[in-house]
Amino acid sequence: MKRQIPLFITFFVGTLLIFSVFIPPMETWGENFTLFFDIIAVFAFFLGAGNLVRVHVGKLKKRKADWGFSIVTLIGFGFMLFVGLLKIGNPGGIAADVTAPGSWFQEMFNYVINPLQSTMYALLAFFVASASYRAFRAKNREATILLIAAFVILLGRTPLGMLLTAWIPDSLSFFQIPNMAVWIMNSFNLAGQRAILIGISLGVVAMSLRLILGVERTYLGGDDNG
Amino acid sequence: MTPTRLHIFRVISISTICVLLLASLALSQDEATPTTNLSTEIDTVIIEVAAPTSLIATDHKYDNGERINLQWVPSIDDLPGISTVVGYRIYRQDDGGAAEAIADLPAKANHYRDENTELGHTYIYSVAALTDGAEFVSNPTESISPEREWIDFSKRYLFLIALIVGGAVIYFIEIARRGKKLFVRKIAGLEAVDDAVGRATEMGRPILFIPGIQDMDDVQTLAGLTILGRISKTIADYDTEIFMPVSRSLVMTAGREIIKSSYQTAGRPDKYSDDMVTYITDEQFGYVAAVDGIMVREKPATIFLLGAFFAESLILAETGNYIGAIQIAGTARPAQLPFFIAACDFTLIGEELFAASAYLSGEPKQLGSLKGQDVGKAIAMVILVIGALATTIGTAWNIASMNSLVDILKTIFSTS
Repeated sequence: MKRQIPLFITFFVGTLLIFSVFIPPMETWGENFTLFFDIIAVFAFFLGAGNLVRVHVGKLKKRKADWGFSIVTLIGFGFMLFVGLLKIGNPGGIAADVTAPGSWFQEMFNYVINPLQSTMYALLAFFVASASYRAFRAKNREATILLIAAFVILLGRTPLGMLLTAWIPDSLSFFQIPNMAVWIMNSFNLAGQRAILIGISLGVVAMSLRLILGVERTYLGGDDNG
Repeated sequence: MTPTRLHIFRVISISTICVLLLASLALSQDEATPTTNLSTEIDTVIIEVAAPTSLIATDHKYDNGERINLQWVPSIDDLPGISTVVGYRIYRQDDGGAAEAIADLPAKANHYRDENTELGHTYIYSVAALTDGAEFVSNPTESISPEREWIDFSKRYLFLIALIVGGAVIYFIEIARRGKKLFVRKIAGLEAVDDAVGRATEMGRPILFIPGIQDMDDVQTLAGLTILGRISKTIADYDTEIFMPVSRSLVMTAGREIIKSSYQTAGRPDKYSDDMVTYITDEQFGYVAAVDGIMVREKPATIFLLGAFFAESLILAETGNYIGAIQIAGTARPAQLPFFIAACDFTLIGEELFAASAYLSGEPKQLGSLKGQDVGKAIAMVILVIGALATTIGTAWNIASMNSLVDILKTIFSTS
């Protein structure tokens, strides 16, 4: 029963939502089911938060390696929970929106969380550089083609690309680097992306049918044939 | 002063005061009058414009009776550049009630869809051209009631395609159930799974499984978790350590169930611990910072990145590369695939992510679904070739039949 009920729910809801695409009176059902999911996810958040506290308190108790970070995590978690629940500093009081300008919760978000997130995001630039350095080595024929294409697109997206090939007459404008970059992006890149997208769409259809028909049960845990 | 003189003086004083009062009153009226007159002039200068014409209201096809479409010819004074029409206002009468304004539209607008109608109600619409301070209302429409349709025939081709692809998947699952052997091409990334787990076992280091940053309502997360189900069995068999940091609570509970049952199946339930799957945070880059920290501290030998990834994909994959872990990644987001290809040892590209669980299971009925998927791909390829040829020939030689064929294909495969 533990597995039959979820399988039945998956089959019932999955089939219903497939038909809802083609039956106008059922067209909002998909959105409604998404709302159900959101409600469940909110309750599940308590599990996540509880787990976070349990793990870090356990780390502190056992003085595991890097336990100092757990103190920072727990203080941060507790402080945000405190100022958020009690709406400390909120100009509109306890009844106002927790994210109202001036509230401590919003101030912490604006001046602590946001800069920290931006810092992490900024690392991406350096990672792109190191990954590109490895990927664009002319190790073989395919890698060489990739390198040339990348070089053309890189130049085509900068003023230097225009500057280098501005002398080419309009009748041969295709050979201007920015135009070649556009051609590579709109022809090869777009075709490749669309091919991948078609494959993905068909993969989603097959995967969904496996889930709806109960052929794929791994996500429920337990024996496949259970 | 004699009484007569005193009387004369009084009369003169009173007269002077009266004259001064009258003069000041007249002066104050003179000052006020021009403003009043000017204001009246501004208020009363109304530039007349023609009202919109040919207003038609039609029921929106294939809906639940919630929409009515309006179309009209804009005011002839709504000219480009020098228009005195500033916009249009839609009025609606509900069941013979008073006309209510339901929407304001910019100049040049010529259509509107009322998406707040109710079944069984009757509506009359009119459209007013707006100028600065005045409205010029069109003739009202005939009364109209929205209608409900039970089947959306505009999606008939989508239904047909879904039927063919879905039918092919079910057909091949059935064929496989009957015992027919089906060939499925090798996927390098999945062939390497056992080696990757074995490597971690030999090195005595943990395996890190990252299921992306989306929740259980994303099919990529589900695909990642189904692969986890297969991998965790091998991990349990090898008695290797696995760690799975997640950014969604529901993924945490699902991940725990999957790993727990794998350890039970392997006969090692005592080796399982809830700490193998830990919730970090819902915040994208907070999660990335934590996972990067785990990578650098724990130095896992193998990292699986399977699920929905966004900007964090390269940060995670490059950190994994930096610590020398063998990495198997997979996502269905085309924009992130190049990052994984550049930074990981094996990448499951799009559909391979969804095929992975079936592939790893080796079960005939699961593999059957992959064959059904291939039928869909074959159809797509044939249509693409026909479409490309028809467009090329039709454009190059202006052949009407080819252009018609392209139009038919566009009608069938267009989703808009």
